[in-house]
Amino acid sequence: MTDERKVRVLVAKPGLDGHDRGAKVIASAFRDAGFEVIYTGLHQTPEMIVSAAIQEDVDVVAMSVLSGAHMTLFPRVKALLDEAGADHVLLTGGGIIPEDDVAALEREGVGRLFGPGTSTTTAIEYVSEWFSTQQTA
Amino acid sequence: MSTIERDVVKRADLDALVKEREAELAELKARIAEWEESYDETPKREALFTTISGREVKPLYTELDRDGAEDDALGFPGSYPFTRGPYTTMYRTRLWTKRQFAGFASAEETNERYKYLLEHGQTGLSVAFDFPTLMGYDSDHARSLGEVGVCGVAISSVDDMEALFEGIPLDQVSVSMTINGPAIILFCFYVAAAERQGIDVSVLRGTVQNDILKEYQAQHAWVYPPEPALRCIVDMFEWCSENTPKYNPISISGYHIREAGSTAAEELAFTLRNGFEYVERGIERGLDVDAFAPRLSFFFDVHNDFFEEIAKLRAARRIWARGMKEKYGAKNPDSWRLRTHCQTAGVSLTAQQAENNIVRVAYQAMAAALGGTQSLHTNSMDETLSLPTEKAVRIALRTQQILAFESGVPNTIDPLAGSYFIESLTDELERDALALFDEIDAMGGVVPGIEQGWFQQAIAGSAMRQQREVESGERIVVGVNHYLEGSEKIEIDTLKIDPEVERRQVEKMARMRARRDDDVVASTLAALTEACRTEENVVPLILDCARAYCTLYEIRAAMEEVFGSYKEPVFF
Repeated sequence: MTDERKVRVLVAKPGLDGHDRGAKVIASAFRDAGFEVIYTGLHQTPEMIVSAAIQEDVDVVAMSVLSGAHMTLFPRVKALLDEAGADHVLLTGGGIIPEDDVAALEREGVGRLFGPGTSTTTAIEYVSEWFSTQQTA
Repeated sequence: MSTIERDVVKRADLDALVKEREAELAELKARIAEWEESYDETPKREALFTTISGREVKPLYTELDRDGAEDDALGFPGSYPFTRGPYTTMYRTRLWTKRQFAGFASAEETNERYKYLLEHGQTGLSVAFDFPTLMGYDSDHARSLGEVGVCGVAISSVDDMEALFEGIPLDQVSVSMTINGPAIILFCFYVAAAERQGIDVSVLRGTVQNDILKEYQAQHAWVYPPEPALRCIVDMFEWCSENTPKYNPISISGYHIREAGSTAAEELAFTLRNGFEYVERGIERGLDVDAFAPRLSFFFDVHNDFFEEIAKLRAARRIWARGMKEKYGAKNPDSWRLRTHCQTAGVSLTAQQAENNIVRVAYQAMAAALGGTQSLHTNSMDETLSLPTEKAVRIALRTQQILAFESGVPNTIDPLAGSYFIESLTDELERDALALFDEIDAMGGVVPGIEQGWFQQAIAGSAMRQQREVESGERIVVGVNHYLEGSEKIEIDTLKIDPEVERRQVEKMARMRARRDDDVVASTLAALTEACRTEENVVPLILDCARAYCTLYEIRAAMEEVFGSYKEPVFF
């Protein structure tokens, strides 16, 4: 694998929530920063997201959750990724997620979760850094 | 004096008058030029002098900016074209309705919050449903897992609707319900719940959002594809005009379009064009426009840019009045009169230094009142962190009360009329909206625009532009990209929904399912499916299903059999 390879990111909207402003802004920002971006569209189940992640052979799954269902959706996607042998995939994301829930999810192996007002640059830097540590490891 | 002599005298007078006016105008232009010269010579701040929508605004407006404006563009409050307000007396007769959107957990818990709000001076109710309900799923459906009662109240049948309004007489309180995809079903639950309270449903007042076009464009809680969805909406227009004449069967909403990222002009244009689409559909059905148009209501966002938002509301009334009268031939002034609810901009709230949101909300609320809104929801300061707590909701309501009773704002009708800036902005927003109407018509109308993703891409593009302005630091957001001291950690209580709510709701549904008469359930659902295949109005059939305690998803599915479901065009 060369350094030239583009990082593949699946931007996903799990659950029934239709608020996709953040997901679309993030998807555009990652694409503009040179990432390969796949956007799932709305109303995805965890099963649909994981199957898309495997099929598209992504490095990162970035989920946007503003519905309050994060404590159900993140662990479920994490478990399904692990079951599918895709535990090397970074599961990250953002939304309206209270701090103690962020901490609890990180303990379960979920990557960083970003709150409202985060600059897209911060998220891009985080994923880039994560990817470069994976390459050297 | 002969006619000819009199005319000669008049002409001489007129010539003198024209000369005098020309001299005045020349002097005014000279003074403006003088001011401009001195303005150009003076250094200016390095700042973005555009509205949040990216609109260029001039440093100074004068009477020259209204040159060429039509004399009949303003009128008087309560008269065509309603620029100055939909009613003659405005807030001197009735203040705007203070209507706070609320709903969480179970119907029983939300019922307690409603009673609390009514006791604290709120004058209308506004129901927030959870995501499963918004999408037409029952609380015990597999797709609802983890979302029951989280973002709103879970309502899966008339059983829940009755609990929601227990002890709240529906003939006395006006209730607004924010629901779209399955709106026709929730409306029937509401009517059936009112019947169970023993109320004559013809007195029901309130509103159901029921605006499916903006769902495809922005908010994304849909069930059926556009054509059958529009048929259901026209069925509601027809049924409500005959059976619940004081009830608004739609609230044509710009709020979600704006929150998803549009500019003020896009919000204005898309919303009104959607409104005219519904009018056209009603007329195509053969309904008399004056039979349903007076009950069409609106819902706009009030965002950060104070003057642009005020001008937007004034322009909206004028565009609607002119279109309804001139294009659609409405004769009843009530059909021309745009009545609107407003909500402060949720998207403008920041998670950083969240207490500052109180101030943002207060300015936005003032813009809504100066723009002449009929009702208002003020957001709570903690909404970027979680569902609002009781204290935050109370401060938001108090913000409206301070505006209503201390600021003096409601005393005078349309107090900014005649301001060079406000009138010029109102004219400009109207021109922008009409230009966007032309673009939409060139695509073949609203539905083709949705199918091509045109609206969705316009909104996403505007959202991206605003994000870039904030990230580059050009657009200052206090506490987010500037003035960060004190952003670290704040102690705000957050409201969390106990996962037990979902379990209890699922159990309650099982008890309800066991209690009802399965034969009636099956036969009313089958009759509904059949009616969907014909041109029959489906409202009475859904009402029969509701009375038989058919669930939301059962009714949704009975219609889906004929209507199919909507698949969005995915892009970013």
